[in-house]
Amino acid sequence: MRERFISGYNDFVIPFMAGMIFILVYLAVALLRLIFQLPARDRKKFFLSLLNPKILLKNLRDIVCDCLLHVKIFKRNPLLGYMHASIAFGWFMLIVIGHIEVFLFTPHRAKLLYYPIFFRFFVAETNETLGGGFFFFLMDFFLLVVLSGIALAMFKRIRSRALGMRRTTKLSFMDHIGLYALWSIFPLRLLAEGFTAGISGGSFLTASINKILPAFLSDPANILPTWWAYSIALGVFFFVMPFTRYMHIPTEVMMILFRNAGLKITHPRKGVAKTHVYTCASCGLCIDACPMGAEKINIKDATVYLTRQIKRGNEKRIKEISEKCLMCGKCTAICPVGLDATGLREAQRSLIDYPLKLDFASLPEQSPQKATGKVLYFAGCMTQLTPKIHRAMAGILDASGLKWEFMDKDGGICCGRPMMITGRKDEAMKLVEKNTSLIKSSGATVLLLSCPICYKIFKEEYRLSGIRVVHHTEFIDELIANGAVSVYYDPETTFVYHDPCELGRGCGVYEEPRRVVSAAGTLVKAGKERKESICCGGSLGSITLPFERRKAITEHSLHNLVVNDPDTIVTACPLCSSTFARYSDRPVQDIAEIINERLIKS
Amino acid sequence: MAIDFGFKLSPSSAINLDRLDTEAFNRLAELEPDVRKCISCGSCTATCTAGKFYDIGLRKILIYLQRGMEKEAIEMLEHCMLCGKCSMVCPRGLNTRHIVLSISSIYKKTEQ
Repeated sequence: MRERFISGYNDFVIPFMAGMIFILVYLAVALLRLIFQLPARDRKKFFLSLLNPKILLKNLRDIVCDCLLHVKIFKRNPLLGYMHASIAFGWFMLIVIGHIEVFLFTPHRAKLLYYPIFFRFFVAETNETLGGGFFFFLMDFFLLVVLSGIALAMFKRIRSRALGMRRTTKLSFMDHIGLYALWSIFPLRLLAEGFTAGISGGSFLTASINKILPAFLSDPANILPTWWAYSIALGVFFFVMPFTRYMHIPTEVMMILFRNAGLKITHPRKGVAKTHVYTCASCGLCIDACPMGAEKINIKDATVYLTRQIKRGNEKRIKEISEKCLMCGKCTAICPVGLDATGLREAQRSLIDYPLKLDFASLPEQSPQKATGKVLYFAGCMTQLTPKIHRAMAGILDASGLKWEFMDKDGGICCGRPMMITGRKDEAMKLVEKNTSLIKSSGATVLLLSCPICYKIFKEEYRLSGIRVVHHTEFIDELIANGAVSVYYDPETTFVYHDPCELGRGCGVYEEPRRVVSAAGTLVKAGKERKESICCGGSLGSITLPFERRKAITEHSLHNLVVNDPDTIVTACPLCSSTFARYSDRPVQDIAEIINERLIKS
Repeated sequence: MAIDFGFKLSPSSAINLDRLDTEAFNRLAELEPDVRKCISCGSCTATCTAGKFYDIGLRKILIYLQRGMEKEAIEMLEHCMLCGKCSMVCPRGLNTRHIVLSISSIYKKTEQ
């Protein structure tokens, strides 16, 4: 490979270099600020995580799978996955191979940032080089991969349904500029390299272009303008990047590092929250996923618009969006970058100032239930409101022969989760403390819960050392498995199981309830289930969604459950079951009820 | 000058609706039109989790606020656990949790 210019420089690299230097400086400053914003404890945790080989390996795997290959999107829709992966991975390979070329052929230019990018302009083919050889082939191949991705992306703008998306994000003005710059980079690169393919050599793509359009391409007067255009497109892209959704490309790496270090969103805007906001690629998958989308009016309240409003600092909309959300966590479950949407919203909610402070210090001292070595059953507020569930649970517990006590037989203190979810963590923790001391002094070994809302906070916030916290779905599953209770099995009865948000996505309990239901009858599938189950609409997560606006969500969720025409809808959350019962055309029962009804008494 | 007779007249509990300062309540009603929909059935009071420990009920709170008895209302409200049972039983479909939060953002405890 022979160099065409002794200087190794041409003016057209200026736009690219300006953009590149700008973005590098910007990113360096942003990175420092980000790390500085972390609370001291988190910062230490983060740095320590970088020394842990296990976490490092996980970091590497996540970065390759999520940032480059987009495995999660592939699983969702192969075409959509290919579109993202081809652009990300293809571009990455172009950069890597570009650098390898420079190191191999012109090592003395390796410190020039622009050389790998515009390599084909600066070199000419000689007899000794692999003209049209291995690297040229690779470069052309990955350029083709990227171009195919760009073509798909353009097609998606016209018909998003073809790529499995009913709705896509409405892009902002800056996003449009970034998008068009990105779209134009690669066709311009193809054209530019096509021009010089006659001189620097090329492979199947660039060389063919050079041969197909000889009249136009052989005119040297056209060469420089195209390289200028290519450089300008790159420059524009880098300059607008911090102000567009493409900021997700560098931010995602930091988000993965923070996530694997175990950092959670603590401040609503700074540190970890910032990485989550800027990692949002505005892909809009959350729009289709959001159960509130059952009513068109709520489309602009999807997570993608929350992150946008946070970037813009539109406090009014931030408050509106974060207060409306049902906190079902479905957008988080399907998010290709794993953005913690519920955590982000909870943090925004904590910004709302309530001048009226709550007071639980004056809660009268309760004498704890004595339950030494026994199972302590905490029904919780919602189960208190649906007594058939705790009665069924009592039936099962009695049949099992286990010794148990009913902790809140005459009512108890709220678990604190509903308070927590409104962003009032300090107040919630006061309730947590009260309950903790009651449970600890009871001497119980197992705390049994029948409400997933309680279950989540008991698992996450309560410090009940030595006491096992278990949801009734898991507990009944164990009782059936070890033969403590036996259930009459009727294959004729069909059930569908609804995954409550807090139990499924919230605590990852999917299999146990299904095993329990299968022990009583035939379990049929819902349209969407497990981590994609649709919120019943009754969620306490939403602060502002009024009763009338929830009906459409409930009906949408019911519609999804009855696609296989089950006899009974089974759920494991008292709130879900009372919400469904309101509009359902068939019986809705809690998992404890169906088991209690079918107990074989010995 | 006050002479201690060992007994005294109770302050009047009559409320002069003409002299009532309804500014705060109007603000609440604007934010939360639902507060005027309450039929005072008392379902909320009957189900209230905090009701086991305190004298509390959204029905009473709304009536107190309407009558300008902010102090009494706030004394009740500060024990709300936001569990949301009242919203599930409300026959008028009031978003009770948001009402509680709205009251918390408009009113505050006056030190007396």
